[in-house]
Amino acid sequence: MSNLQESGPLLSVRDVAKFYGARVGCRDVSFDLWPGEVMGIVGESGSGKTTLLNCLAGQLTPDHGEVLFDTRTDGLKDTVRMSEPERRMLRRTDWAFVHQHAHEGLRMNVSAGGNVGERLMAVGARNYGQIREEALDWLGRVEISGERIDDRPSAFSGGMRQRLQIARNLVTGPRLVFMDEPTGGLDVSVQARLLDLLRGLVREMGLSAIIVTHDLAVVRLLADRLMVMKGGEVVEAGLTDQVLDDPQHGYTQLLVSSVLQV
Amino acid sequence: MDGQDQAYNFAYLDEQTKRMIRRAILKGLAVPGYQVPFASREMPMPYGWGTGGVQVSAAVMVPEDRFKVIDQGADDTTNAVSIRKFFEKTAGVAVTERTGEATVIQTRHRIPEEELGEGQVLVYQVPIPEPLRFLEPSEVETRKMHALEEYGLMHVKLYEDIARHGAISTAYAYPVKVEGRYVMDPSPIPKFDNPKMEMAAVQLFGAGREQRIYALPPYTKVVSLDFEDHPFDPSKADHPCDLCGAEDSYLDEVIVDDAGGRMFVCSDTDYCGTRQANGHRGALAAEDAA
Repeated sequence: MSNLQESGPLLSVRDVAKFYGARVGCRDVSFDLWPGEVMGIVGESGSGKTTLLNCLAGQLTPDHGEVLFDTRTDGLKDTVRMSEPERRMLRRTDWAFVHQHAHEGLRMNVSAGGNVGERLMAVGARNYGQIREEALDWLGRVEISGERIDDRPSAFSGGMRQRLQIARNLVTGPRLVFMDEPTGGLDVSVQARLLDLLRGLVREMGLSAIIVTHDLAVVRLLADRLMVMKGGEVVEAGLTDQVLDDPQHGYTQLLVSSVLQV
Repeated sequence: MDGQDQAYNFAYLDEQTKRMIRRAILKGLAVPGYQVPFASREMPMPYGWGTGGVQVSAAVMVPEDRFKVIDQGADDTTNAVSIRKFFEKTAGVAVTERTGEATVIQTRHRIPEEELGEGQVLVYQVPIPEPLRFLEPSEVETRKMHALEEYGLMHVKLYEDIARHGAISTAYAYPVKVEGRYVMDPSPIPKFDNPKMEMAAVQLFGAGREQRIYALPPYTKVVSLDFEDHPFDPSKADHPCDLCGAEDSYLDEVIVDDAGGRMFVCSDTDYCGTRQANGHRGALAAEDAA
């Protein structure tokens, strides 16, 4: 975290807004994400957090605002207005997107190795042996046994699928990972293992990440900074511990106090 | 046009339709490997029997043409015979079984063994023109992938082959890259025929049900996709033809009895017949054959 000042922000979001007809998806969202930083976005269902994430990741086109990404070649560049080939290139190299449901992010009829190898082949890898080696390495890193490399994800459990999805996304060494409820739908012990794994990978690879979730425990564990959304707007932002320990906005207070205690 | 049934326009299709198809063909030739949509017509045969190929043949045919139809290499199978009769009746063109003498050759699943020359047109019947179809079901997405040259997915299929079978097991409809740009499905020809696609003849591909036409101009560069450590292998049955003794032709395996007996014969009947007429004999050829 010491070299933050030397380089500029990795992602710079300016006044992003998305409307669905007269309804607000999200609006007036601005923030900077620095290299190596993990940002959490929390809020209730319908608060616009997934809309915002999709706008940032180029899956939706915002109606207003800029999303500047620090590209390797041209420096900060507006991803909303860049050409589609360029944006799709980013999506399979420097960006990664982890879906809530692993089956949306995986090819269910392609083996685990093929799933991990796809991004490598998409950027031009043409050596079977090397692709397979890389796939084995990544399966190991997400704690999937190497002998499952030729099994299809449909034969995997929910937690394994989610880990496979992560391996598939991280194999090309992205710099920014978007995660949409990465632990949603998993039971608590599997969640804990996945979070542990994610935290390790994020730290080890120096990834920047934006994590959308409604689970405050997830952001407490993973996120450096936190944004709280309600009705399409950011109502509170700050360091994770600060926001969670001393919530200022009424809605954040409600959110924090609604967490069930065991 | 003597002998032609006057109830039909020349070559069955009306002139406006042929014009529309010729436009699609010209566009296809201008952008080799690109799938051009066209308004496919109802033909008097079921989809899957070569409605696309028939429409393309009808659009390029002139009364002076000599027409040949092959199905899996053979001139005498149902599909080939009925299409040949169709054009004899509706266009009154001369027909032949000799590859070298034909000007338009409509084919299903094979390229003739005899090398084709300039001035010949090879028309393929195509069931599914989209090489990415079984990997990416969305047409919107596959078109975008073609437009942006995102072909990594094609290699995922080959990867799956090697992972499961130890080698690229795709034996027909083997994907090719055309002029370093479009990835194309060469129709279900055996991969043995892939290297022949760099030829002097014009190659036209018609998919009737899918309403697509694509084309390869003469001498277009066609590269079969592969991995560095698993190179493309245009394999065939490791056997000579049992009728004509040819070692270099693509073979069909024919079961001859219920005791495991089998023979290998050239799938290209014209090639095999010509060789036999020239005195070549295979291991199982009858002495008085030819």
